[in-house]
Formats: sequence, structure tokens, C-alpha cells
Amino acid sequence: MAAPKRGRNASAPSKPGRSLVLILIAIAALTGGMFASGHTTPRLGIDLAGGTSITLRAVAEPGQESAINKTNMDTAVSIMERRVNGLGVSEAEVQTQGDKNIIVNIPKGTNSKEARAQVGTTAKLYFRPVLATEVSGGGATPTPTPSPSGSASGDSGDKATDKATDKSTPSGSASPSASSTTQGRAVTDALKADPTPSGSASPSPSGSPTGDAASGKLEAQYAALDCTKESVRAKAGDGAKPSDTTVACGQNSQGQWQKYILGPAAVDGTDVDDAQAVFNTQTGAGWTVTMKFTGSGAKKFADITGKLAQNQSPQNQFAIVLDGEVVSDPFVREALTGGNAEISGNFNQESAQSLANMLSYGALPLSFQEDSVTTVTAALGGEQLKAGLIAGAIGLALVVIYLLVYYRGLSLIAIFSLLVSAALTYSIMSLLGPAIGFALNLPAVCGAIVAIGITADSFIVYFERVRDEIREGRSLRPAVERAWPRARRTILVSDFVSFLAAAVLFIVSVGKVQGFAFTLGLTTLLDVVVVFLFTKPLLTILARSKFFASGHSWSGLDPKRLGAKPPLRRTRRPSAPVETKEA
Amino acid sequence: MSKLGNLGARLHRGEVGYDFVGNRKIWYGLSILITIVAIAGLAVRGLNMGIEFQGGAVFNTPKTTVSVSQAQEYAEEASGHDAIVQKLGSGDKATLRIQVAGIDTDQADKVSAQLAKDLGVAEKDVTGELVGPSWGEQIANKAWQGLGIFLVLVVIYLAIAFEWRMALAAFVALIHDITITVGVYALVGFEVTPGTVIGLLTILGYSLYDTVVVFDSLKEQTKDITKQTRWTYSDIANRSINSTLVRSVNTTVVALLPVAGLLFIGGGFLGAGMLNDISLSLFVGLAAGAYSSIFIATPLVADLKELEPQMKALKKRVLAKRAQATAHGPATDEPPGDEPEDAAPAVVGPRNQPASRGRGRGRPSGKRR
Repeated sequence: MAAPKRGRNASAPSKPGRSLVLILIAIAALTGGMFASGHTTPRLGIDLAGGTSITLRAVAEPGQESAINKTNMDTAVSIMERRVNGLGVSEAEVQTQGDKNIIVNIPKGTNSKEARAQVGTTAKLYFRPVLATEVSGGGATPTPTPSPSGSASGDSGDKATDKATDKSTPSGSASPSASSTTQGRAVTDALKADPTPSGSASPSPSGSPTGDAASGKLEAQYAALDCTKESVRAKAGDGAKPSDTTVACGQNSQGQWQKYILGPAAVDGTDVDDAQAVFNTQTGAGWTVTMKFTGSGAKKFADITGKLAQNQSPQNQFAIVLDGEVVSDPFVREALTGGNAEISGNFNQESAQSLANMLSYGALPLSFQEDSVTTVTAALGGEQLKAGLIAGAIGLALVVIYLLVYYRGLSLIAIFSLLVSAALTYSIMSLLGPAIGFALNLPAVCGAIVAIGITADSFIVYFERVRDEIREGRSLRPAVERAWPRARRTILVSDFVSFLAAAVLFIVSVGKVQGFAFTLGLTTLLDVVVVFLFTKPLLTILARSKFFASGHSWSGLDPKRLGAKPPLRRTRRPSAPVETKEA
Repeated sequence: MSKLGNLGARLHRGEVGYDFVGNRKIWYGLSILITIVAIAGLAVRGLNMGIEFQGGAVFNTPKTTVSVSQAQEYAEEASGHDAIVQKLGSGDKATLRIQVAGIDTDQADKVSAQLAKDLGVAEKDVTGELVGPSWGEQIANKAWQGLGIFLVLVVIYLAIAFEWRMALAAFVALIHDITITVGVYALVGFEVTPGTVIGLLTILGYSLYDTVVVFDSLKEQTKDITKQTRWTYSDIANRSINSTLVRSVNTTVVALLPVAGLLFIGGGFLGAGMLNDISLSLFVGLAAGAYSSIFIATPLVADLKELEPQMKALKKRVLAKRAQATAHGPATDEPPGDEPEDAAPAVVGPRNQPASRGRGRGRPSGKRR
């Protein structure tokens, strides 16, 4: 009989009961916290709950790679957040990931298409002087995407809001059609009358020093530009730098496409401090958009309006260009020096709001490229979750069966430990949802399933150690204690390696990969906690029980079955003191 | 099972055992062969890159009566690009997974709407994943970056926790695993997706688990190796592998079981998808990892170790002693593993020497185990 007193090395077992109590308290606290906070299930990622997830990647302009920095990324996030949520998309989530990615998660049930368009087109905003413009193609073309620029192009009165507002009346709703046709004619005339390249391009108010060759090319480009074709439109002005003279398309209030030649950008979108849609009751101008410029923006704006106001139509207009498309092209009547401006025209509430949004939030400090868009209905997500859970359950069952067959009674300890580990993982995941915005996505589920193996590995390392000790002829209690320091080291080293892999994966990865890495890291940490605070103490306590200590044939620790030779090593030297083993 | 348990005991005692280290040339050769095949496969066939690396879209439809080939026609017509259509699930729940390469995010909405019309399902039920061509590349770049960082860190860590030879051997084994996994992907033509990349990166930590277990045992058993003349480093290394064999096999089996569950059940349930991609590469990589930790990593450590002058000297002494013993009759010393007297402990060498001191305590090393 393995007498308890024989366990000399086991004489200092750390108080196993204390560890067990500790971990039970921890479980109770976590699950209690889970129920108390009402977050009893982990928050599901967009791929499981349904919705749309957009990954955007910041693209640096050549030579401006340093523009992708934390400040700019944060600005972009806050702008996008305001945009998607400002459009009535609630609970949309915008966050940076990695150093140049932004993930936009739009839950199911909201207009993801609109939100996507908003986020996707969020780009650079410039104010450029108009050099020439005319209606493009033939008639009005119904466009699939009602460009957010339902703007009152061509018929606006600009003025400082704080000035007398009496002049706003001319911008009645009658003017737009008139003015746009005039413009059309004016330019056509200009082109006909003065076909030389320098004609329409060179009188740029901002004195654009375009060479003849360049302006000739531009002229040709302009002539060839057919804004009614979407593919052409998308390419118009492609690759134009802010300092270039360029061509662009825009839609006027009749829904007609106009084409433009635009001078170099005079004011940046970032120079706009704020813009608001205001319903102007005093003057009867209806919906107008007011802009407030930043300090330097106000100066630039004053300069450009000063120059433009001296020109003839259409060269007294400036175009507000968003993402290469003209969203509004208001006239300038006078130099506006106050840092405030108002655009009036036949806006309705929607178009005014839209323009205001674009002005205030459209000025992203970076441009972004849509890298991936995932749309999942909850039904599909639910199915995937179900499949994942079934797979996990089957994997767990297989592990349990294997352990049961191989380790018999000992496997009960492993199974309990796995359960403790599962309880901890689940409650922590549930709590991390509200705490740090952790969302369980499909790869994370996968990570959790894979982690079953990692967790079970630790038990195997320990159990095999214990069995080795028993094989060497020790009785259970000393075996448990002697095996521990060695097993502990092995477990720590290998868990550390696993954790390192997960941490590296988490830090360098983007998107979905992070969820996987996070789960893997979390479960690895929990594995250490469980093995130290639960498995080991439990085994210590159970080693005292008769079932295990006697090496019952179902305990998994039967010395005979393990092949321990009763007279320890020195079979041929019975005189040596032997460590008795019951047969 | 009792037989298996018995085997474990006999392995533990060194009664039975495979001469992993002695036959290492065979295994090195095999690994080199596999590596060459893998590289050749990679060079000739290349990897079957998923849509994430080319740019394109994957649409999932709810159940529909349209056949796969018909759906493919529709998809190609709607997009003007090649399409791959798979049927997922069966019977009532059968859904279609339609991959269209080469369309960008702007076109996708249109294609999706057209598909919904053609297939006779509601537009909102057609869901999809749309990726730019750089997305997969970005994930892959990050993966390489992660791989690099991880390798550097882990080699440093292992060099500190163990020694540089072990770190180097683990490093070689890891590269070996990755090569095999990539080779299998190239040869079989499995699709490479970000899921695959994730799986591959996970192998990193996992493959090392077994290796670390063996090294741990090796480090322990060779602690006082120079104080004895019975065993060479290789002998002990071999014994380490054998005595941890059960453990390695068990950890590998237990790790593979959930992954297999994911692969066959998750995959069978849903067909292609993230779950399947991750678990497939994990499965291949884990198997490769188990193989390499037993057949490659440890023999490599032994080889490296035996280059050391100390170990060379030891080997000379051991061989000399053995030769002497044979000359004097086979009374005391026999080749490793055959001697019942020394069979019991996994710990060989120094711990056996003071056999007269009772009960294996008071080992010369004075170390607790």
C-alpha cells in the first residue's frame, strides 16, 4: 500500500484547497458579473450576427507615405463614424486596425448599401476654380447612383453670412436651367471662337501656368469627355494632383451631367471647419449651406473668391470637388473675407444636408481603398456558427473519449479542467464584449476549438509525468508532487511559445485574423491558470483518495498496468531498500 | 489499451524503442526528398490562390432550384468574368457559393443584383464577400512579417530557455513544417485563402509544442552527461524521444481531434469557407509538426551537439569503454536499451551511477526532478 507517509517530497504540497477555492471564486465572480451586467452571451461579430463589414486601407499619395500616421487615421475614423452614423446608420462601428486599415462594421438591418457608398466614397475634397463648363453628352441621364450632389449648381449666391442677406433672393429656383444653358453656350462659343489651346485654359484666375502642350491635351480630354457614361466619368481627372488643372464631371440640379475644366485646388477640404444645412426663413432662400473656414482656410478662400468675383461667367464659379466629381459649383459675387460663407440655391433639406455633410466630414486627411466587403445575412452567419459549434462539440467529445480510454479515471480531472477552462473562456468572452468591444467572429470560434487541443495537451504532459514517476516505483502522492515541477516547466515553456505565436499574430494581423489570434492567446493564458489553479490542486487532493492512491485499475494510475516494477530498479538486488508497491 | 499502456511503460524503460537518432540519415533523406518535392510542386504547379489574392467576389445564395452549371452561366453572363460555382449542403438546404474573379467592388453590387434576378431569389438574401486584389496580398505580407518576427523571437527565447543548438534545430523543423504544408497545398491544389494563412501561422506555435516537450526531456536527461561514460549524447537524445513518444503522440492526437472535427464536420456542413481553410492547413501542418519534432528536430540537436569537443571526447570515451567491455566479455555493458538493469529509469547516466545509494535519492546532481 502506498503509505501516505512515504511521500517525503510531497511533504510540502501547496495548499491545494486554497487554489481550488480561488478559482471557484473567480468562476463565480466572472459568471456572476456576466449575469449582473446582462451580457450572457459573447457579442457576435458581423460575420456571425449578419451585416456588412468593410475593410478600408489607407493609400498614401506618392511621396507622402508619412501621411499615414496615427493622428490622420484617427481623424479619418472619427469622420467616417460621423458620416455613417450621421446618415442614420446606428450602431455602426468604425475602428482602426493595424496601422493602415479601418474596419467599418455595419450591423444587419441598416441600409448597408448607402452606408457603404458613404464610407467608400469618402475621399478628398477640394475647391477648384471653374475654367470652363458645359452640359455633357446629350440629355439628362438617369444615373443609378444619385450622386449626393443634388446641389444647386450654377445658381447660387455666395456671401458672408454675417453680411446683409438681401442679395440671396436672386438665386431663385428659376435660374438654374437658364444659367446652365448659358454656361453651355458660353463655353461652346468660347471653344469655337478661340480654338487655340490657350483659349479656355489659360485665363485661369489663379494663373495656372499650364503650358500649351499640356493645355492642348486637356482640351482634347475635355472635348472627348462624355460625362453621361459612368465608366468615363469614373476616370475623368484620374490621377490629377491638387495642383493640376483637370477635367471633371458633375451633375446639375436637372440631373444633367456637366463637364468642367477646373483649375488647381485653391482651398482644401481640410480648410473647412464646419458646414451646416440651414433653413433660411428670413430671406426665403430656403435651404442653404453655411460654411465656416479655419484660419488659413479663410485666408485662402478670401483670395480665391476675390479673384473669381472679377471674372465673367463661367469663370466666376468655383467647383467643390469630392473624389474627382463636382458636387457643387457656386458662383462668387464678391470676395468673402469673413471666414464664413453661405451657399444657397434650390436645395431641399436632403441635398443641403448632404452637401453640408460632405463639406464638414468629406475632408479626409487620407484616401482609402476598399479592400474587402463582407455581407452576411444572419441566417448564413447562424448556420456557420452552428456548424462551428457542432464541430467544436464533436472535437471536444473526441478528445474526451480519447482521454477516457487512455487515462481512465485520470481523464475525469482533465474533463473537469476542460469544463473549467470552457466556463472561464465563455464568461471572459462575454464580458470582453462590452468591455473592449471584443466580438466573436468565425475565426475566433475556430481559435476556441483549436484551443481545446492546446488545453488538453497540458494535462497530457502532466499526466504522463505522473505516470513516469509511478513507473519508477513511486506511490501516487509523491509522484504527483515530483512530477509537478517538471511538468510545470514544460507546460510554461510550450504555452509561452503558443502565446508568443498568438501575440505576434495579433499584433501584425488585420481583420478576421485578429479574432483568431486573440482567442488563441486568451485560451493559452487561461490554460496556464487552469492547470496551476485547478488541475494540479485537484490531482493533489484526489491523490489522497483511495480510488486513485490505491492505483485502482480504472484510475488510470494502476502501477501494474503502467509497468512499474515493484522492486524499484534494482531487480537483482533485493537487498537494496525498496519502495514498496502493492501488486 | 493495456497493450498501449504497456508499450508506454516499455518505451519509458527503454526496453523497446526505435533508434531515431541512429537512423536519422534515412529521415533527413526523406525530409529532404519531401522538401524537394514540395519546392518542385510549388515551382511547377504553383499555389492555387483564392479569390482574395486576385480580387473578386464570393456570393452566397439562399436555396435555389437553379443548377450549378446554369448558375455558372448566369454568373459569367452577369459579370463578364470567369465564375466558379459550388453547391453547399444538400437537399432542401442546398445553397450556392459563386466565386467571380476579377470584378472590383464597384461592379459587385450590380452583379449581385443581376444574380439575384437570374436565380430567382431576393436581392437582400444574396450575401457576399468582396475583396480587392491587394487584400489577400496584404494578409500574406502581414503573415510573412509575423512569421519573421515570431521566428526571431522564438529562436531567441529557445536559445535562452534551452540553448542555441536546440533553437536552431527547432527553427529548421519549423521551416520544414511550413515547407511541407505549402508543398501539400501546391501538389494537391487546395485553395490558398487568408484562412489558410491563419492556419499556417498557428502551426508555428503548435509545431513547437511537441518539439519543446522533447527538448525539455533532453535537457533534463543530459544535464550531467559528461560525468558518465556509458552513453553518448545521441544515445540519450534517442532515449528522450522514445520516452516522450507517448506524450508526443498523445498531444498530437488530442490536438488533431478538434481540428479534424472542424475539418470534416464544419467543412462537410458548410462546404468551402473559412472554417475549412483554417482547419485544413492546421491538419496538414500539425501532422508535419509532429513528424518533424520526432524525426528531425531532436536528431539535429544530437548532430549539432556531437560537434562540440566535449561531446566528441565523451563519445570517444564511451566507445572506448564499450570496446573494452566487449573485449572483456559482455558482462556489464551492452548497447543502449538492451540492458534490463538500466532499463527502468528514463534518466540514464549519472543517476544510475550511485546505484548503491538508496532509492535513487541523493543523486549526484542533487537536483529534484
